[in-house]
Amino acid sequence: MKYLSLTTQDQALMLKTLGVSGVDDLFNDIPQEIKLNRPLNLPQPLSEMELNRLIRDTAHKNRLENNTGFFLGAGAYRHYIPSPVSQLISRGEFYTPYTPYQPEVSQGLLQTFFEFQSFICRLSKMDVSNASLYDGATAVVEAAVIAHRVNGRKKILVSQALHPEYREVLKTYLAASQLTIEELPLDNGTTVLPGEAQLQEAAALVIQQPNFFGCLEEAAAFAQKAKAAKCLTIGVVTDPVSLGILTPPGEWGADIFVGEGQALGIPLSFGGPGLGLIAARQEYVRHLPGRIVGESVDKDGKRAFCLTLQTREQHIKRERATSNICSNHALLAACATFYLALMGKTGLKTAAENSVFLAHLAQEEICKLPGFSPAFSSPFFHEFVVNCPDTAEKLFSYLESKNITGGLPLGRFLPEMKQQMLFCLTELNTENEIKELISALEDYR
Amino acid sequence: MVPENLKYTKEHEWLKMEDDLAVIGLTDFAQEHLGDITYVELPETGEQLEQMARLGSVESVKAVSDIFSPLSGEVAELNKFLLDRIKGEENPEFHPEYINQSPYDKGWVIKIKPADLSEINSLLTPQAYEKLLEEEG
Amino acid sequence: MKTIFEKSKAGKTTQYLPEITKAKNPGRYLPAHLLNQAGADLPEVSELDVVRHYTNLSQKNFSVDTHFYPLGSCTMKYNPKINEALCQLPEFTQAHPYLNQGQVQGCLQIMEELDRYLAEISGMDGFTLLPAAGAHGELTALLMMAAYFKAKGEKREVILVPDSSHGTNPASASMAGFTIKQIKSDSEGNVDLAELEKHLNDNVAGLMLTNPNTLGLFEKQIVKLAGMLHAKGALLYYDGANLNALMGKARPGDMGFDLIHINLHKTFATPHGGGGAGSGPVGAKGELVKYLPYPRVAKAGETYHFFNPEKTIGKIKAFYGNFLVLVRAHVYIRALGGEGLKEASEIAVLSANYLKEKLKAYYDLPYPRTCMHEFVLSAGNLKKLGVKALDVAKSLLDHGIHPPTIYFPLIVPEALMIEPTETENLETLDEFAQIMIEIAQKAQTNPEEITHAPQNTWVKRIDEVRAARELCLKG
Repeated sequence: MKYLSLTTQDQALMLKTLGVSGVDDLFNDIPQEIKLNRPLNLPQPLSEMELNRLIRDTAHKNRLENNTGFFLGAGAYRHYIPSPVSQLISRGEFYTPYTPYQPEVSQGLLQTFFEFQSFICRLSKMDVSNASLYDGATAVVEAAVIAHRVNGRKKILVSQALHPEYREVLKTYLAASQLTIEELPLDNGTTVLPGEAQLQEAAALVIQQPNFFGCLEEAAAFAQKAKAAKCLTIGVVTDPVSLGILTPPGEWGADIFVGEGQALGIPLSFGGPGLGLIAARQEYVRHLPGRIVGESVDKDGKRAFCLTLQTREQHIKRERATSNICSNHALLAACATFYLALMGKTGLKTAAENSVFLAHLAQEEICKLPGFSPAFSSPFFHEFVVNCPDTAEKLFSYLESKNITGGLPLGRFLPEMKQQMLFCLTELNTENEIKELISALEDYR
Repeated sequence: MVPENLKYTKEHEWLKMEDDLAVIGLTDFAQEHLGDITYVELPETGEQLEQMARLGSVESVKAVSDIFSPLSGEVAELNKFLLDRIKGEENPEFHPEYINQSPYDKGWVIKIKPADLSEINSLLTPQAYEKLLEEEG
Repeated sequence: MKTIFEKSKAGKTTQYLPEITKAKNPGRYLPAHLLNQAGADLPEVSELDVVRHYTNLSQKNFSVDTHFYPLGSCTMKYNPKINEALCQLPEFTQAHPYLNQGQVQGCLQIMEELDRYLAEISGMDGFTLLPAAGAHGELTALLMMAAYFKAKGEKREVILVPDSSHGTNPASASMAGFTIKQIKSDSEGNVDLAELEKHLNDNVAGLMLTNPNTLGLFEKQIVKLAGMLHAKGALLYYDGANLNALMGKARPGDMGFDLIHINLHKTFATPHGGGGAGSGPVGAKGELVKYLPYPRVAKAGETYHFFNPEKTIGKIKAFYGNFLVLVRAHVYIRALGGEGLKEASEIAVLSANYLKEKLKAYYDLPYPRTCMHEFVLSAGNLKKLGVKALDVAKSLLDHGIHPPTIYFPLIVPEALMIEPTETENLETLDEFAQIMIEIAQKAQTNPEEITHAPQNTWVKRIDEVRAARELCLKG
């Protein structure tokens, strides 16, 4: 397949204008020794029809048997996406433009991002947000860097209940810097409050709410103690649908909110693209990385939006830029904007409430069965950890044979938790699915 | 012609003595080049500065430029009109455009208590600064 | 135009979820002090309100689907619709990243094959598909460089960049713990080798380069340059922003580059999405392959599996990369094949040279030689008439054309960087040239028309100073 609009006659005319006989004459600047003198060793081109067939065949190799039930979460969440989201996002005017550097012809995008920033501020109860980052994990890194720039301290205190992949990413980025990480241990599935001395040395304290195990932290206590020690608190949320009913980071005292926005109108997508969220108190606005949209007027006094505070971005301050984010996840931010507008106040509340209810119902039923018990007694949101009769991997495979996608076998990330499984329920699950799950577990040997 | 009663640096700052304090600002050339000033980053009062050390920065829509201290000394006073926040609250009298409108007067940036007045001799005279401007073209 | 919040009215809602009465009392399960009983302060609008609001907003945008977009360095080529259709297959969109590898062999196959295709196209030995964007890829490569030298016990703190480089590069190097030194270009617009020699010592970790460079010119001395760096034990990094000029013609790996990043959203036609999501896979050669982030995908027999490179720097993003973007690029490569990719580069270069030929008499052409897929004009000749590059750009908006990149690279005053790509038709190219010529002529006869542009767009020039001074970042 080709996507050219120039015919061979057009090309001949263009070559004539240039006074060259063939396109190869335009490549004479490339030294002969490095010119590629053979065809690229790639599969033959295909017509669209053949391409369709081929890729669908490849896709069918995926076996997503979950007709009977789906209980996986752990940082990627299956939520109901209202139909207008995919319709709106498939408009070429939204997905084929470039970054809105010419605001006069990008008001649609700019206003959408402005509304996105507003939505994130409302959800998190923070003062300022940006127009998105790559994902939750890299957002945590950006927040840690902000904290260091603000108070000059070099230690980052990280809860062991922060998503394991987020902890890995933070470690990888900070390895090249002067910043160090100190982990905070857990007790009954929640984080142990650090001591004052520890906090005095720390630039930031990173706490996830609800945490990786689904447990609810006493977040406000952490924020209060950190503040007294002039340490910033970074509140991480991996399923922002929870903000439909939970006290948000801005209210429980965090200085910076970061999160993963995939749960807001974006399908699982095998982990990407996702949506990084960041929002902070007003005093940190000039530290926020990435793109920010502001409201202004045009020369006729008409309301207009444009990118602002661009001097912080890489292309102006160069090596003194606040971070190296050049792009954002614009299209995904648009998805989240549409999702939140459609769901609205009541819709998001319902999604959260239903998730909580179904998760607690499931936990109660599962833990009635012999061999299964709750791993923690702390309150949880819509995810919970269960002790299994033997390894959770075995259980996962067994459930797969019953067309059920079980919870995450925690041994994958935490070798000491091979017998624990992390279940997740959202508003997409049903009471019938729970019944089927129980039935399958009853037969489990 | 640049004001005769001031001294200058090659980074386009000016200086004049007011009693025992040195008043410092940016030259007309600097503000012209930067465009409309949108934000100024300043040190805290009491901070100690070295001659030609970076004391802060000035930002316009398109660029940010460091500000350098013409003298060593202690930061005594900041121009309130250049601060977007005072004591954590929004400053209703935030006027960064004073640097553009009146760089040698209302747009002054900071006042320093000089540590060593002889350092003034190493600064550029108005004539020397004019020459520099000609060369920079 | 009102914001969605200004259209909110209490009581308006659409029921997307079933109501579960028993669920209405979350306080039964959750501690009261952790609950926000009122719920988040989100607007209440109907589905029609939302659909009309955002559909109307979509119509206030230029886009590749609607307008010509000759943005230099961005490669705004057409985004094929089959890529959209196939990346939205439910087998892909519904795949949870933590399913067993046996359940997602389709996803793993897409990734393993793409890794190999990119390696063949670029002449490198292996790729990581994790980085979410070009800038992210750069940072990844720099972290790999840091780890590589640390393992060798060598202390190298400096990264060299040409003065014409893209702004991202110095910011990335800083984050990886390096400091930057700029190298001047010569009069031909290439890296000045004598200058490079002066700065090359054992403290240099590497040089970051794009080829063709940001002036659209091929670094003719690239092999010598690579040799100079390697002789000092330093590495050469390729910023793949301009790869659209070279596919099937020459490969960075053959030029001596040790690390590269590729922008799938530029060269491989995945949509720019208004600013993202893109994808910036990083390729490595030789020893450096061991340092790539994890996980990568390998094939054993007939099955695919994740593996961790031997000396991996770690994880630079959660999960596995922007998978749906990878699918689009994969489909594009399968559609075009090797010959199609080569032709794409050839036509991209032809189109750029054609436009340069048509415009060189009306604007300044700082580097009058054959360009590659993009070229840089200067509107400096219009300066004495009171017209700047910015005004030329705003004028183009009135004619329904997205302007080229302006004021970049920094070494050309009043720069206009033009990249037509290979997907445009001749009429569009001719029309663009015609309009650019008219603007240059108008600058002579009626410059106010240019400096007061745009007049025909949804809004006119915006007070960006006010936006920066009186911050209003939410509604």
